[in-house]
Amino acid sequence: MALASSDSPELAGHFGEYGGRFVPEALTAALDELDATFRSALVDPAFRAELDWLQATYNGRPSPLSEARRFSAQYCGGARVLLKREDLNHTGSHKINNVLGQALLAVRMGKKRVIAETGAGQHGVATATAAALMGLECTVYMGEEDTRRQALNVARMQLLGAEVIPVTIGSRTLKDAINEAMRDWVTSVDRTHYILGTVTGPAPFPEIVKEFHRVIGSEARVQVLERVGRLPDAVAACVGGGSNAMGIFSAFIDDPQVQLRGYEAGGDGVETGRHAARFSGGSPGVLHGARTYVMQDQWGQTVPSHSISAGLDYPGVGPEHAWLHDTGRAVYEPVNDDEAMAAFAALCRTEGIIPAIESAHGLAGVMRLGRELGPEAVILLNLSGRGDKDVETAARWFGLDGASPEDGG
Amino acid sequence: MGSLQEMFDTARAENRAVLIGYLPAGFPDHEGCIDALRVMVESGVDVVEVGLPYSDPLMDGATIQQAVDIALSAGTATPDVLSTVAAIAATGAPTLVMSYWNPIEKYGVDAFARDLASAGGVGVITPDLTPEESGPWMRATDSAGIDRVYLVAPSSSDERIAVVAGATTGFVYAASTMGVTGTRTTVGSAAGELVARTRALTDRPIAVGLGVSTGDQAAEVSAYADGVIVGSAFVRALLDAPSRGAGLDAVAALAVSLAAGARRR
Ligand SMILES: Cc1ncc(COP(=O)(O)O)c(C=O)c1O
Repeated sequence: MALASSDSPELAGHFGEYGGRFVPEALTAALDELDATFRSALVDPAFRAELDWLQATYNGRPSPLSEARRFSAQYCGGARVLLKREDLNHTGSHKINNVLGQALLAVRMGKKRVIAETGAGQHGVATATAAALMGLECTVYMGEEDTRRQALNVARMQLLGAEVIPVTIGSRTLKDAINEAMRDWVTSVDRTHYILGTVTGPAPFPEIVKEFHRVIGSEARVQVLERVGRLPDAVAACVGGGSNAMGIFSAFIDDPQVQLRGYEAGGDGVETGRHAARFSGGSPGVLHGARTYVMQDQWGQTVPSHSISAGLDYPGVGPEHAWLHDTGRAVYEPVNDDEAMAAFAALCRTEGIIPAIESAHGLAGVMRLGRELGPEAVILLNLSGRGDKDVETAARWFGLDGASPEDGG
Repeated sequence: MGSLQEMFDTARAENRAVLIGYLPAGFPDHEGCIDALRVMVESGVDVVEVGLPYSDPLMDGATIQQAVDIALSAGTATPDVLSTVAAIAATGAPTLVMSYWNPIEKYGVDAFARDLASAGGVGVITPDLTPEESGPWMRATDSAGIDRVYLVAPSSSDERIAVVAGATTGFVYAASTMGVTGTRTTVGSAAGELVARTRALTDRPIAVGLGVSTGDQAAEVSAYADGVIVGSAFVRALLDAPSRGAGLDAVAALAVSLAAGARRR
């Protein structure tokens, strides 16, 4: 099965004790087919060329590296903060990198239909976009709660020709959307590819999604070396399932002098129980096909997560992050809703960039980290997405819509 | 209490299929589940499968999801599943647990196997555990002396069926269609083909589940399989009943009709 890759302990789909494949037997054949297709594509120059061409001429890669001078000076203790601008990708986030790769895999497998789960709607929009581009049918599962808070993205998906199915069971968020997508896939697998949107799920998904997001890290590494003349002291990202973080971490995992920092959603605060901090508030378990850190009760029932950010509102996390956490290679910390929204406002006012609320969790982390590391430090942050979809939530939070601000706003 | 093997041997001698009936523990409530399962056993169900309600049942369709939701909302937890098993095993019917993997891992793999055996349970069906991830589970079930049941599906290659059949004890669970649990109007031809392919690769009994809900369907499946597994139809009977008593009557009538089907192969 999976080959060992240079920067991970990837062996047969495992990362140390994490990862693996915990799925109904009906999906084993499809996962094997996906695995074989992925491996043949990786060594096929024509596949690479087509993906690179799409990344350049359709997506707009390479994405720029921006200096955040005023943000650094005012909020980060003077540390030099560099933003990897995944918000400038087509469709507005990093999600499209993975989707273009997987949609090409779907075409390579001869599948006519793609399905996806989505939280913030960014992965759903990216999937609907690629489906339109490649002439595939598209169905997106989205928790009902998320269709409400990310209504703009629901309309975008529909404009792009996708069917959006609100999921009305369980916590009505990303976790339940994944359950429904898996159920669809079990039933339709002969003609459908499931484009999973983050580095979670059964093997080989974590490896595939990481591979297609590697481009973030490899571009950023070259850009930082050119700009600064040395490697950054720290690389930071927000962590929902963990795909944007894995993408940017991937190019620095083998450089022990570079700290890796992941910021997960602290919601109302880890101590309140209303959060999505899997590392601070979860424990090893199995969810959605992989062993990883999971928010669960004493009987192994998944505990619903909470975050102002739909894209981070997930009770599991990618298995490679679990491994990076246990080995100490990466450090994960929670960022609460109010801290994230303060960072959101700070970036808007100092840099003229409206970030996604997901990415604002990373910005808040960098505000802490900059003060910790001092003015000599260089910090690279993956600015994973733009905030257009979050304007309504932010307006409500800051009391700009005539309504009274939410607590902390 | 009989073993699974004895039950399949008896049925074979009587030229019929074994009827396996499922309900999630705690549905419609703790006592209600035990009452319904007892009625099922009295009405012709040979083997009972007690579901461990789990928050993310990705192999289950809407009917079982609804039942599991009811059970979890009422606070059903792993010890309640074990006490349900104990109550049903006391009737003499071989009693299995059907559980997604995480609750077993969280309880403790060895502890779960041991406590299930102490409760009188004879085995566990794990729909999302593959043989490859099963090292500790195989040791735990062997040392507790309970069966472990894995699934094959229409998409399984022959090579894969051989692996699954080699890991399973008790019987092989053949999923009749590509899909999730739920009642269907037809069982479909994929089930017969899957059983034939599996039969060629193992001597273990083979039971067919997913979508069987009527006596006629039970008869159709019994023509080629050693066992018939029915879940959603029992759940539906309880969900649709206007009262507790009517629910038990409906469950009894369904069990009688399915048991007759299993004898009409
Ligand atoms: C802009 C943005 N950033 C981050 C995430 C979180 O996902 P991941 O951790 O996989 O990067 C999302 C998910 O929807 C997102 O839209």
